[in-house]
Amino acid sequence: MKIHEYQAKELLKRYGVPIPNGGVVFTSAEARKVAEGLGADVVVIKAQIHAGGRGKGGGVRLARGSAEAEKIAEELLGMQLVTLQTGSEGRKVSRLLVEEGVDIKRELYLGEVLDRVASCPLMMVSTAGGVDIEQVAADKPRLIKRQNVSSELTVDQARSLAEALKPDDDKQCAEAIELIRKLNKLFWENDVSLLEINPLVVTRNGRLLALDAKINFDDSALFRQKHLANLRDLAEEEPLEIEASKHSLKYIKLDGTIGCMVNGAGLAMATMDIIKLAGGEAANFLDVGGGANADQIRNAFKILLSDENVKAVFINIFGGILRCDVLAEGVINAVRDLDVAMPVVIRMEGTNVKKGREMLQASGLNFTTVDTMAQAADRVVGLAQTH
Amino acid sequence: MAILIDSDTRLLVQGLTGREGTFHAKQAIAYGTTVVGGVTPGKGGTTHEGLPVFDTVAQAVEMTRANTSLVFVPPRFAADAVLEAASAGVPLVVCISEGIPTLDMVRVLGALDPTASRLVGPNCPGLISPGLSKAGIIPGHICQKGRIGVVSRSGTLTYEAVHQVTELGLGQSTCIGIGGDPLIGTSFIDALRLFAEDSQTDAVILIGEIGGTAEEEAAAYIKDSFRKPIVGFIAGQTAPPSRRMGHAGAIISGGKGTAVEKMDALVSAGVHVVESPGDLGAEMVRVLSL
Repeated sequence: MKIHEYQAKELLKRYGVPIPNGGVVFTSAEARKVAEGLGADVVVIKAQIHAGGRGKGGGVRLARGSAEAEKIAEELLGMQLVTLQTGSEGRKVSRLLVEEGVDIKRELYLGEVLDRVASCPLMMVSTAGGVDIEQVAADKPRLIKRQNVSSELTVDQARSLAEALKPDDDKQCAEAIELIRKLNKLFWENDVSLLEINPLVVTRNGRLLALDAKINFDDSALFRQKHLANLRDLAEEEPLEIEASKHSLKYIKLDGTIGCMVNGAGLAMATMDIIKLAGGEAANFLDVGGGANADQIRNAFKILLSDENVKAVFINIFGGILRCDVLAEGVINAVRDLDVAMPVVIRMEGTNVKKGREMLQASGLNFTTVDTMAQAADRVVGLAQTH
Repeated sequence: MAILIDSDTRLLVQGLTGREGTFHAKQAIAYGTTVVGGVTPGKGGTTHEGLPVFDTVAQAVEMTRANTSLVFVPPRFAADAVLEAASAGVPLVVCISEGIPTLDMVRVLGALDPTASRLVGPNCPGLISPGLSKAGIIPGHICQKGRIGVVSRSGTLTYEAVHQVTELGLGQSTCIGIGGDPLIGTSFIDALRLFAEDSQTDAVILIGEIGGTAEEEAAAYIKDSFRKPIVGFIAGQTAPPSRRMGHAGAIISGGKGTAVEKMDALVSAGVHVVESPGDLGAEMVRVLSL
């Protein structure tokens, strides 16, 4: 799960990590009020969307005085902000973070992620903050200090990370050690999957400050992180994906014309791949899971048909636990109830396949049933083009 | 021979009395697996589907000499279930449960001594050695006893590969689903090492997917020391970046973990990589005829 920068900063603050003074606003009048309250010469107004690259996209602006803050907020609120990470349609801005401007001496980087190879979290720090850290990692890996960490970060580990930030003096080093330990504690206590402070800045008067913050959480652990539930911003998510998750379906919207319904994530990806090889494009990833019932099949159909780009449907099921006759029943009901007019190509194999095929045949509905994945992909791509 | 499970396997089911545990224990018995009992805390002393139920794994092992445990426990309790099996000395623990918190798995993998207990999974379909034993949810009827090893991060895509191989008249020695999570107990390399030593495995099908670097690490190992032919496929060639494709571990992040990188690594290690998942079986037939 992703959260907004201002929410991440509130969490940092709770752990005693210093952040700039400021507040979230939803209207330009509120922006003026917060700017006035800050009493700073320069305020920064930052669009709050779940995507990076906001600065380059024009979503981070400076204002001198509260009147200008109000004017800029007016411009930003409601706009579709396009960044390198949003896609061409961009994201609608409906929240802004208004903060005091900070006099920056140095920009640092601090991140913590899961290290899949070492099977434990990895903390990374660098003096090359503020820029694309992935580029630094690729070009100058020596500029990044890496340390695998457990929930109990030792003073020595924290010190060696802090020293890699080249502190100006002992006081700053001690401050960095404290900050690193607090962030690691936050990471473990909240089931964080990614934490990034970029930049972590040294201010003109030598203090450390988290100028930006990105925190993602492990979806599998949300059951024990109930305090995070109200941080979810549904406006940042694809409505069809929200609807799918209500029915325990995994759906991801894509740009093609062939709606896919598959059981299992690997097979669902492989189905997208084989559609591409046949010259088409998948409209979605949709995994109905191992134990789907007729009702879920119906919901899955409804969701994939809500995408207006879909011209044909490809159902690829390998029945293990999910029996082919259950699938067939679900598909027949869904096509009848929802009055599906577009071509439906069905490839199923596995448990009770014979019975499932007979049911499809007997339904009198216009299904195209095919034996192999490759044949099915060819057929559905052809049908999508002519339909 | 097969790897990891065979006719000597004595299977214990943790979470036997749950819906999935019950269903798959019955399937395993029907397949001819020696299922010796189950564990459900609080239900010790009862029987379920004719099998004795124990409160703890330690009791179960003492009474039944179980040597493999199959975990169907809900994800929030699954990490502790795995560790309980390991501390009871079960040499092979197969965890099917999906959705275990990542930091729980950090704890499990930190505590496990792989020389004493091997973990397969989590978030996997488990294993089957056709004709001998099955510890997991792979449907028995699509398998056939034979000489191809199958190792995969996926579930149903594995069934697809197995089905193709079976249809073409080739059977399998052992099929092992290693799981779709970012942190798993048994890696591609671990499975390949076992297949390398197994005199009844002639060739291997390896199915990877986007995310992480497990396939690249496997490629380095294959290049160095694996001498049997491998046919490979990577799912997610068309997956968009930064989206988790169903499996917790299937994500291209920061431009890393793409299918192309993995396919290139495997090709340069001599693996016969197919672009289409529909070609896995046919490619294996072709490779074996070389």
